[in-house]
Order: sequence, then structure tokens, then C-alpha cells
Amino acid sequence: MQVSRFLRNTILIELFVPILLLTVGIYHGLMQVIYRAGVIHQSSVAKLDYYQGLTLHGVINAVVLTTFFAVAFGHATIAFYLKKEPNKKATALSMWLMVIGTLLAAAAMLAGKASVLYTFYPPLKAHPAFYIGTAMLIIGSWVAFFDWVTIYLKWKKENPETNTPLAIIGTLVNFTIWFVCTTAVAYEVLVLLVPWSLGHTPTVNVPLARTLFWFFGHALVYFWLLPSYIMFYTMLPKLAGGKLYSATAGRIAFFIFLLLSIPIGVHHQFGDPSIGRGVKLSQSLLTFGVALPSFITAFTLAASLEYAARKRGATGLYNWIWKLPFFRKDVFLFGYLINGLILFIFGGLTGLVLASYSLNNVVHNTAFIPGHFHMTVAGPVFLAILGMSIFLLQQLTGKKIFLPTINAIVPYLWTVGVIIFSSGLMWGGLMGEPRRTNLGLTYLNPASDQYHPYWVISSMLGLAGGGIMFVAGFLYFISFFGTLFSKRSTEPLLDLPESEPLHEEKRIPVLDTFKPWLAIMALIIFLTYLPAISDALNNTGKKAPPYLPTDPTPVVQKK
Amino acid sequence: MIDVFERRIILVSILVMGLFILAIFYAMGARKADVTECLPYDKTYETARVEQLDKTTYQIFYVARMWNFEPSVAYIPVGSEVDLFVTSNDVVHGFNVYNKNVNLMAVPGGVTKTTVRFDQPGVYKVVCHEYCGTGHQNMQAEIIVNYPKKQ
Repeated sequence: MQVSRFLRNTILIELFVPILLLTVGIYHGLMQVIYRAGVIHQSSVAKLDYYQGLTLHGVINAVVLTTFFAVAFGHATIAFYLKKEPNKKATALSMWLMVIGTLLAAAAMLAGKASVLYTFYPPLKAHPAFYIGTAMLIIGSWVAFFDWVTIYLKWKKENPETNTPLAIIGTLVNFTIWFVCTTAVAYEVLVLLVPWSLGHTPTVNVPLARTLFWFFGHALVYFWLLPSYIMFYTMLPKLAGGKLYSATAGRIAFFIFLLLSIPIGVHHQFGDPSIGRGVKLSQSLLTFGVALPSFITAFTLAASLEYAARKRGATGLYNWIWKLPFFRKDVFLFGYLINGLILFIFGGLTGLVLASYSLNNVVHNTAFIPGHFHMTVAGPVFLAILGMSIFLLQQLTGKKIFLPTINAIVPYLWTVGVIIFSSGLMWGGLMGEPRRTNLGLTYLNPASDQYHPYWVISSMLGLAGGGIMFVAGFLYFISFFGTLFSKRSTEPLLDLPESEPLHEEKRIPVLDTFKPWLAIMALIIFLTYLPAISDALNNTGKKAPPYLPTDPTPVVQKK
Repeated sequence: MIDVFERRIILVSILVMGLFILAIFYAMGARKADVTECLPYDKTYETARVEQLDKTTYQIFYVARMWNFEPSVAYIPVGSEVDLFVTSNDVVHGFNVYNKNVNLMAVPGGVTKTTVRFDQPGVYKVVCHEYCGTGHQNMQAEIIVNYPKKQ
């Protein structure tokens, strides 16, 4: 279909800004593994400190890139499936809020005034611009969402008996989760932290802030993941040359995500004080519920891929796998998506390990955690974002992909890197290697009293894998920016691959409405988080003044 | 409505999940593996100390601050059972004992508690595993299990 110049440019800006920043994010990813493996024993390189770089790496890769992409992809999905373009004013407002917010936060981080990592746990204090910038980025994404809701409601009024397209269900479920979970972090940031960082309130309740952060923090990972799920269901079977085994399964999966993405955040706080064991155990068990849609998805996608391969003439119990279009320049998106899925098998299973209540004690906050989440967020999430970004770039600009062979190889190279990297980190984590630590200064510095030789090989594996990931990222940038700066060869268009369902599927009314699901969602969140928040308020003995990361004495409050 | 293979896979997934959950309860009940106890906070936790309750029962009250733990070295006899209490004086810190499943957060205004047995002599390193500022990588402590043989 044709899209207006305005929408085209908005989507392109929302893809370009985060990919440009990603060059900084990936550079710091490489630096992390170099410091951590003890190759260098210093606290900063090129005037950028380890923890400053880690903050940039986390905020850019996990928050800025993912949020921008979700909004850009949402615009494309809404316009493509509902045949209505989003409102100009809302779309422009959303884009500017996100861009300005990102610039504010980036300035604070680059100035070294916000080295608090992307979780910004108080009482470590960042510059207010960091908090306000992140809040603007989030609020910008809300504006786009509100506009899509009005478009959807209007469309539904005109087509009450038509099944809402799966991609639209996915997009709206995703942004509903996002809106609900970000209200908690918006409260944390705007009500608790901004006045406190400006010196208007002297102290902050740390367990409460952590609980509010993780109300958001785990739902955040589904906000990263659901755009990939939309691609897996609506595009992957088509790209493989087949049909979607069951679209109903997709609907069920998305609605389970809606119910259970948020009320499980306390599983990040198993080691925290103030929150009771009952709350922790119940949210641990609910986490197993949210794994269910991923099991369903794994089956449906495998069945769809097998159908596609057999249609291409494959035989045998397992040999059909090799008939899939791997390494094909023309369907490069298949390579990005399938590699993400392969990584997600391991990412998902290690996630279940971490959610398993007391088992988490073995690896909580060790390198096992980044080992795990690089197989999720740097797996299906990141690869789908990269693949779809260059796919949309090529369509919306009407340009040919620069170095298409390189572009087709990138996801494979990346996946090899992640597997080595994550194996190293998870192995190290099992031996107690801490995450978020400049190991090269002490634990992996032979000259230090704290030298810890057990972690040498594991962190070297991390370095090897991280190096390969960096090379893959670098090649992607060449392909992406090469495409962007090449000459237009065809008319711009928007044409997303669209899988047909394998079986005739009837419209099931309960899977085509949001109201009952939203009511159950609210009920579950209320039942799970009321005791968590009340524990954080009642069991906390004192509040904390702000501290700068560089100084063990609290920041003196202005009178 | 839902295809027969799909119904089966949903059933199998639910059963697998049930098995995982049973494993959690088995670990809690039979193996006594649990997460930190939730205690109400009071000022006494802010004083770092080692207390001996009887011959083989000890309590260590840790206070984490930028960038060390107090007590930085604790001596414990082999075969003793130790209650560990951890709190923080300033920002959030982590508390991980190498080779033991002790994994706690040190949070200002809250106290975490776990109980651990030391049956093997040795130097058990405690590492801070939550980012707590520029000196984070220096922050560690030791539990030395051989007392009273230390002299």
C-alpha cells in the first residue's frame, strides 16, 4: 500500500534515531567485555567511565531502541492492517516527545551525571534531566498509543463482525501492558525521584521505589518481546513459504500476556528485604503461567515451519528443517526471525530457572543474569528489531539493500556471538562472578589482592562472544546506513508479509474483545501488588537521602 | 475450534509447568531452600557485629556501605550454623557468598536474613554484586571458617 509522506518520514526518523544511538550502545557493549575480561585494568577509556558506558549500553539498547521501534512498528502495523493512517498531530507530538526526551537523557549520561545504570535504583542519584528525559520518552509512546486506540475503536464500529487482525490484537495488547506498567515507573520517577533529586524532598523509600520499578521492569521485557511475536505469527510462516498453523493460538497467547505480564515483577526481588515470602512465592508461580503462551507459540511456529518445508518438498522426521530458506538474500527477514527463535529457546528456559524462587539464590545478580537476557532481549527482540528496521527502511525509501549478502549473514554471526557470550557469562555466574562490575580493576587483575582466577576463562568466553557480536553489529550498520544513503530505485511503499491461516478459522467473540480481559488483568494486578506495595511501605524502617555514585557521603540538601 | 495437536501441547505444557512448581515446593519443604526472611527493621541492625549464641550457633550482623562490608572478616568454627543479617547504611548493595547459596540484597531501611551451615573449613569470599558507585568492584569481605584454630 501507499503511505503518506508524513507517516513515511515519521517512521523513518523513529527507526533512524535509535539505530544511530545504537552505534554508541554497541560500542559500550564491546567495552564491557574488554574491561570485564581483564584485558585492560582501568576505570575509563576515552574519558568514558565503565559504569557510565554500562548506563549508556543499557538505556540505549534496552529502552530507547525498543521503545522507538515499538512505536514505529506500531504505526506501520496500524496503517497497514486497518488501512487508516494515524492522526498527524498526535504522531508528530509523540515523535518529538520521544526525540527530545532521549536527547535530554543522553546528554545527562554523556556528561557523566547519570551513571546509575538503566535500573536507576535510588538512593543513587542521577541528574534530574535523566529522569525527566526518560519520562518524556515514555509519555511520547503513550501519545501514539492513545491515537491508535481511537483508530481501532472507529474501525471496530465500522466492522463489528470482522475478526480484528492478529497483528492489531498484538499491538494493542502490547501497548496496554506498556501503558499500565509505565504508570508505576512514571509515579516512581515523577513523584518520588524528581523532587528528591532536585532537593525538594529529603529522602526516598528505597524498597517502595524498587517495587514500583519492577512492576514496570518485568512487563518491560514483554513490551520488547511482543513486536517480535507479532512478526513470528504474522510474517514468519509467509516468509518460510507456508501458512500459519493456528491464528487462534496467537490470540490466546497475546491475551495471556495481557493478563500475566505485570503481576510477576517481584520475581526480580527474591533477595530483597521488606517483601514477604508469600508475595514472592505467588509471583514466582504466576511467572510459570506467563511461560505458557511461549510454549504455545513454540509449537505453533514449529508446526507452521514444518508445513512450509513440506510444501517445498521436504521429507523425513527432522530433515525438513534444512528445506527452510536460510541464508537467502531475498527473504533475509526469515534469517533474523529464525535466529531470534533459536536463541529464545535457551533464553526462555534460563528465564524459568531464574523465576524458580529459591533456585534464584544460586545466581541472583551474577553474570548469569546478563547471560540469560542477552538470549532474550539481544536474541528474538534485537534481531527482529534489526531485521524489521532495515526491511521498513528499504520499503519506505524505495531503496535497494546495500551489501545484501552481508545483511543476510548478520543474524547468523550475531547468534554465534550470543551463544558464546552467554555461555561464558552463565558459567561465570554459576561460579559467583558478579554482573555490573568492572572486574578488570580488581577480581581479574593479577596485581590486585582480590584477584579471582576462577573467572578468567568464563570472562574470556564473554569477550570472544562479545567481539563476534560487535562485528555483526558493525556489519549491520554498514548495510543499514549504506541503504539509507543510496539512491532511490523504486516507489516507496509499505507491504508487510502477511501469513494466511492454515485452517479456516471462525471468529470467536471473546478473543476479539478487550473488555473482559482488561477487567481480569486489573483484578490480578490488584490482588498481587496490593500486598507487595503494602509490605514495602510497612516493613521499611527508614528512608534514604540521595548519594552520588562517586561519593560515600549523602548529597547535602539545599535549605 | 482448537486443533487436537494444539490441545495436546497446551496440556503437556501445563503439566511440565506443574512439575517445575512441584520442584520448587520440594526444594522449600524437603531441602529447606528458601528466599530471605522478611523481618521488620529496627536500629539495632545498623551495628555490625558477630554474636555467639551457643557453641555452634552464630549470628553475623553485616552493615554494607560504600565500599566495604562490616565486619570485613568474620571467624567461625567448622560445623557451625550461622544466621546472616544484612542491611545497608547508604545505597543498595549485594551480598553473595562464594560457593554457598547465600544471595541477599543490602537495602537501606530493610534487613535480609538467611541461615547457612559451614561444614568445610576455608575462606569464603563475600562479593558485592549490585552496582553501588565507582568503588563497587572493590567491595568484598571474608568469612573464615577454621576458628578456633586460627592462632
